[in-house]
Amino acid sequence: MRKVSKAFPRPSGEPLTALADISLCLHDGEILGLVGRSGSGKSTLLRIAAGLIEPTSGDVLYCGKPVHGPAAGIAVVFQTFALFPWLNVIENVELGLDALGVDRGEARRRSREAIDLIGLDGFQSAYPRELSGGMRQRVGFARAMVIQPTVLLMDEPFSALDVLTAETLRTDFIDLWIEHQLPTKSVILVTHNIEEAALMCDRVLVLSSHPGRIAAEIPVPLSHPRNRLDQEFRNIVEEFYSILTARAAELKKAEGQLRVGFVRPLPALGINRLIGFIEALASPQHQGQAELAKIAHLPSLQVKDVLAVAEALHILEFAELQEGSIKLTAAGRVFAQSGTDERKRLFREHLLRFVPFAAHICRVLQEREGHSAPSVRFKSELEDHLSANDAEKTLETIIRWGRYAEVFDYDDETRNFSIIRPAEQAAP
Amino acid sequence: MEQHAEILIGKPWQRRIPGWRDFLAVLLVVAVIILLGLGGRQMVAPFTITQQPTISLSPSVLPGYALRTTMRMLAALVASLIFTFTYATAAAKSRRLEMVLIPLLDVMQSVPVLGYLSFTVVFFVSLFRGSALGPELAAIFAIFTAQAWNMAFSFYQGLRTVPIDLDEASRAFHLSAWQRFWRLETPFAMPGLVWNMMMSMSGGWFFLVASEAISVGSIQFALPGVGSYVALAIEQRDLRAVGWAIVAMTVTIVLYDQLLFRPLVAWADKFRFEQTAAAVVPRSWVLDLFRESPLLGAIGRPVSAGIEALARSRFSFPRKIRWARPLQAPQRLGDVAWLSLIAVALVYVGWKLAQFARPTLTWDDLAIVGRNGALTFLRVVILIILASIVWVPIGVAVGLRPRLAEKVQPVAQFLAAFPANLLFPIAVFLIVRYQLSPKIWLSSLMILGTQWYILFNVIAGATAFPSDLRECASSFHVRGWRWWREVMLPGIFPYYVTGAITASGGSWNASIVSEAVSWGSQHISGLGLGAYIAEKTTAGDFPRIALGVAVMSVIVISMNRLIWRPLYALAERRTRLD
Repeated sequence: MRKVSKAFPRPSGEPLTALADISLCLHDGEILGLVGRSGSGKSTLLRIAAGLIEPTSGDVLYCGKPVHGPAAGIAVVFQTFALFPWLNVIENVELGLDALGVDRGEARRRSREAIDLIGLDGFQSAYPRELSGGMRQRVGFARAMVIQPTVLLMDEPFSALDVLTAETLRTDFIDLWIEHQLPTKSVILVTHNIEEAALMCDRVLVLSSHPGRIAAEIPVPLSHPRNRLDQEFRNIVEEFYSILTARAAELKKAEGQLRVGFVRPLPALGINRLIGFIEALASPQHQGQAELAKIAHLPSLQVKDVLAVAEALHILEFAELQEGSIKLTAAGRVFAQSGTDERKRLFREHLLRFVPFAAHICRVLQEREGHSAPSVRFKSELEDHLSANDAEKTLETIIRWGRYAEVFDYDDETRNFSIIRPAEQAAP
Repeated sequence: MEQHAEILIGKPWQRRIPGWRDFLAVLLVVAVIILLGLGGRQMVAPFTITQQPTISLSPSVLPGYALRTTMRMLAALVASLIFTFTYATAAAKSRRLEMVLIPLLDVMQSVPVLGYLSFTVVFFVSLFRGSALGPELAAIFAIFTAQAWNMAFSFYQGLRTVPIDLDEASRAFHLSAWQRFWRLETPFAMPGLVWNMMMSMSGGWFFLVASEAISVGSIQFALPGVGSYVALAIEQRDLRAVGWAIVAMTVTIVLYDQLLFRPLVAWADKFRFEQTAAAVVPRSWVLDLFRESPLLGAIGRPVSAGIEALARSRFSFPRKIRWARPLQAPQRLGDVAWLSLIAVALVYVGWKLAQFARPTLTWDDLAIVGRNGALTFLRVVILIILASIVWVPIGVAVGLRPRLAEKVQPVAQFLAAFPANLLFPIAVFLIVRYQLSPKIWLSSLMILGTQWYILFNVIAGATAFPSDLRECASSFHVRGWRWWREVMLPGIFPYYVTGAITASGGSWNASIVSEAVSWGSQHISGLGLGAYIAEKTTAGDFPRIALGVAVMSVIVISMNRLIWRPLYALAERRTRLD
């Protein structure tokens, strides 16, 4: 199975490139991981492979033939489970077989087998809402397995589950995989959890964002089952982090020169996450510096956020990312030791200096009569450069940060930005 | 004209101010109604129905009458369902049809139900000359117009808001379009559809009673049913018979609710999309009986197996023609052709309409209608305000006492479903007896049946009000007016708006039967647009009925867009508790 694919979904006006010139090949008998930040188009890529979305250009080949629309022999497991709430477990599993026109008795028999295999015995007649998250995803797996797919596509299948459940499900899946109990020959796994990728995949592709490209290809030459505490495993996880952070730092540098940073997309992050992270870094335990792979285990932080928070701090220059570790800057250290007012002042300075769009909003508000402006105006400006989704997220983050920094005020009811103290606020 | 909030706020087609689409849609609807009536009138000029069944006032005939009334109701429900499945599906699946069908639906639900009646009666009667089938179908059509629009709207919205992950799953697993419709889209839209069916049922009873005995110009008929029974009782000034009719209707509504809607609601609960278990699971003893009785189960099994097999089969063409890449030019060309077709149709009906109106209508007519419209508008606004002042505090008081709410809520829902026009004779009798001013006292009839929507929605809101917020308010000693303004009123606001929208729509509808009433030979009129339409209907003055109906539709649409929709949007944004 070989495939070459590209995609250009477009918002209003000029097309926006979500995935650019991606070529990849899924080999027989491997689990291929797709890793990247949110917005890097990894889910889009998976949907193109599944035939749910048509690529704007390029072709997807499966068994030597081009794929148009969902192909037979490819099954998908969804992040949100996507179970039909009005069908019970066995009916949900039978769904795919009905669609293939399989005879009722045969469908029942095969569904029972899949349910047994996936460990759902005794739950056949339960409805999805009676099941826990882990059980629901098992139904999702059973539904995919029952049509005996050669290729299984998994879209962050474990990310909606709590840590322990996810771990159990991962182990169970890997057990079935190495015992060759599954009809499936190859798997694509989309994830943002780096350890998960290292734990399950044989090969991992790292996608960069805006536009999505394959930034790196990392083989994981460990045999299953893998041990998280194994030194070799730890080394690979650290390698992942350093590749990802190196990319983030590089990107920032490049953007600084090109002034593209004006509309840099920001992750959806509240101020408390940032402060919490800075404080954790400044604590005596870390002395202002830590390796991302280690800090990801802090109970107060959810694993998937670490990179986003680190990157946000990097953008604001409260910290610096280098080779898989993060280090507080001088400003970051001062911030950690200051009181509320001082922190706000510092944050305001950094926000206006390093997030050009926030400064831009400020400038517009000062110039306008009445010192207020509707949010649509800024949103459409952002949408010139970002996808609608990213633009909304970015604007929301700027609003949150701006409110904390008291640079401007935002009224959710009128959807208007306004300036708090027009006289005192001057953008640097 | 049974507006429901979720319909007003309709996401795919959301606009605040009445736009050109509305105007064109009004034109189209009014024109089609008139042309139907006109065509009918041309087919048979003066005309009477032979073999009018005689209506008896003996209480012993009432069960039979009630049964016939119920059968009409069911027939209309089936017709509405068929309409819903075709119209809404067409609108949801085709972008071009959607452009026309949805604005049209929005207008159709704003036309007063009895406004259709005067035209459709002529049409149906002429279609089946002399046979009772004509009026029968006209009555059924009246109920149809009271329910179909809502149901279609809710189904359309259901189809348009199918969760994306389920849609992807169904495509990834190769479901055919037929299978998707029955296994994903219809189940997803089902709870909304059932709820809307139940809500518009109350409107249905109201218009059924109003449409069983009607006279439009020279056409007069009375179908055997509870409505005709009441009409005859009014003519003969028989208050006792009115009492019997009320009893019969009460029993009918309770039975209908228990035997049809409770089971439906309980059954539709399994299609709820939320993945969490519901706090209160709707139950129905009838449904339980069906599920547990072995005999009924044995009868039901082959039926359900048949339906299931049907829903499971693929019914798709073996090969689909597919375009390699989306074709830009032909699509645009198609759009242009489609829009010009609509434009031609509009110009044609506009011209026809002008031709129809010019000889008879003058600017004076418009002024009169405008004045009457303003009067009715004033009444509706004042009545909604009065009803709110009365029922909001009561509703809150009831809703905060769960035990009491449990008992009061079904009563309030029943009162909302009860056709208030059965109670009119009593009120009219009192007005006549005590020489009260009809202009003021007749107004109260408009809201007699619809005020309960405010009550039961407020009760629902107060019941759902989070107890932690209440406890918080009392621990901070928030009391008196501050408690109302800052705690309770914002909390129930979305519910209140939902209730008030329904109440206002219902009042407009009711105005046609309540602004002009009679008791025996005595006629009293309170003036207003409703009285105007009623009067012209009796006289068979079609151009003026059309004018009145059109003006009423325009007022209702404007009120929805300028008052209710912004209020609802505000409620959604600001005060939703979740």
